[in-house]
Amino acid sequence: MSSKKTDRREFLKQGAALASGVAVTAASNSTSGQLAGPETFIQGSDGMVEYGSRSRFVESKRIPHGGRHSPDTFGLDFHIATPLQDQHGVITPSSLFYMGTTRGSYLPDIDPEKHRLMIHGLVDNPLIFTMEELKRLPSVTRMHFVECAGNRANSRMTTVQETHGMTSNAEWTGVLLSTILKEAGVKEGAEWIVAEGVESVKGASSIPMTKAMDDTLLAYSMNGEPVRPQQGFPLRMLAPGFEGIFNVKWLRRIKVVDRYYMTYNDYGHLTQDPVTAALGYQIGPKSVIVHPSGGMQLPSTGYYQVSGLAWSGGGKVARVEVTTDGGENWFDAEIRGEPQPMAHTLFAFDWEWDGSECELQSRCIDELGQVQPSRQEVGEFYNTPPGERIRVRGQDNSIQPWRIHSDGSVHNAII
Amino acid sequence: MRLFKLSLPVFLLFGVTIEAQSPTQYGVGRTPTTDEIAQWDISISPTGEELPEGSGTADLGAQLFLEKGCAGCHGTNGTDGIAPRLVKRDVGELENPWGYGRILPIRSPYAATVWDYINRGMPLGLEGTLAPDEVYSLTAYLLYLNDVITDDQLVLDQNTLPKIQMPNQDNWAQVPDWFPKQPRLEGYPY
Repeated sequence: MSSKKTDRREFLKQGAALASGVAVTAASNSTSGQLAGPETFIQGSDGMVEYGSRSRFVESKRIPHGGRHSPDTFGLDFHIATPLQDQHGVITPSSLFYMGTTRGSYLPDIDPEKHRLMIHGLVDNPLIFTMEELKRLPSVTRMHFVECAGNRANSRMTTVQETHGMTSNAEWTGVLLSTILKEAGVKEGAEWIVAEGVESVKGASSIPMTKAMDDTLLAYSMNGEPVRPQQGFPLRMLAPGFEGIFNVKWLRRIKVVDRYYMTYNDYGHLTQDPVTAALGYQIGPKSVIVHPSGGMQLPSTGYYQVSGLAWSGGGKVARVEVTTDGGENWFDAEIRGEPQPMAHTLFAFDWEWDGSECELQSRCIDELGQVQPSRQEVGEFYNTPPGERIRVRGQDNSIQPWRIHSDGSVHNAII
Repeated sequence: MRLFKLSLPVFLLFGVTIEAQSPTQYGVGRTPTTDEIAQWDISISPTGEELPEGSGTADLGAQLFLEKGCAGCHGTNGTDGIAPRLVKRDVGELENPWGYGRILPIRSPYAATVWDYINRGMPLGLEGTLAPDEVYSLTAYLLYLNDVITDDQLVLDQNTLPKIQMPNQDNWAQVPDWFPKQPRLEGYPY
């Protein structure tokens, strides 16, 4: 009885002492014989009421991609990769979504009340929309991934964040570009659009009218809240399944034109090889095993759920296959949920590890029948002589091998 | 009755005005003015139709290259700065200009693309501040440094710039026509 009172007094004292802190120490045992409650509590705060944050024990974070620190000393942001190894579903949290920039960017700090979208060029009615007006138009909500052309694994990388962290997946809400184009009235001879953002270089991309009219989306919402500044607040374009740079952020202007404009973002894609040009456009079928992946440690032999993500720029994921013996035998993985077009799709595979050294791989087959290749298959396709380095042209969609050593450690097995 | 007679033409006029500005399904958004479009539109097609009035020479561009701070990042000669090199690699005369490196004023198939790049993307931190005359001169200077033009007094403007023959004019790969539900490259199973 008295000890209970003391505990309570102690608790209140400590609570007062830690009023501005995060955690509060609770009673460590119970006289009733029930299991003790949590050792600490999170102190309520206006901030936590208004906008929640994750547990202090969760430290998952993005990292600069490709060895260039971000932000730099001037505050410019460069490429940053998402921690896929910490993710268990298909939605990338907005705060962890990968980021790519055209040349390093200061993030535009845009007041949505002042932001406008103009559509002009080869149209009957040039139009300017406020954000509120765009939100009045019929909307769609769709899951789509975005992937950077730089999402290219090599043998020096260790974790899946390094090998595959330049892709992310979100639920987007916005207006179909086709809705806007129909409102503006596309003229005869209009074959392309040029989409342009607000950032310093006014990054602009040419998109074929066939894509613009098909499923290209002008998104103002991402995972249920406004698109974040790093993703193009207040308005970004999504050209589902096209390489990242086509998904213009901070979108302000769309010009309807009669030809490919070879503008700022397009110039980076310029090549003299028609194969590279074609393969650096619509992303191929791709997948990666995330659990387990490079840098992880299997604690013991026995059951593991091997799981990962699969996607394709050509449509829905039709099938995912997994091998645990380096490609000798392939088995169908289980697809979790209903695959969406141009969206990350979760797959899983039941596996018993017997403690021997082995190699895990996954491969994606999409609804068009395109098959994710191994590096060796790519090499054979181009008749690369043995011993010569195999270069996957365009977007790299080759299979990622993970080698499990007999001590349970997991390693990138790209040669 | 008189009121009704008066109001009828007004109503028609109003209807016509709406029709001209916004014959759209949803009637959302407004028509930009011609000035607004001109102010916003910085796109330059490969053949340079939208190039503005103005002119410049490589000779003037060489001065601007120093004055505008280009040399600070790209190096005094455009070859030795912290920013990308702007002069073709020193490899002699090549049959395939792609061997000169990823250097816009030699690799780009169109001179207008060089103009567009400088106009929207340079100088770092002061993007969009160059006047058309300055962009013409800087474009001319970079073309001159790469031996695309050989006369540093040659005047480049909206008529002459698009006529410059770039070495890669016909030496680049168009992206294939894109259609929904189409594999990304015919004959490529991956």
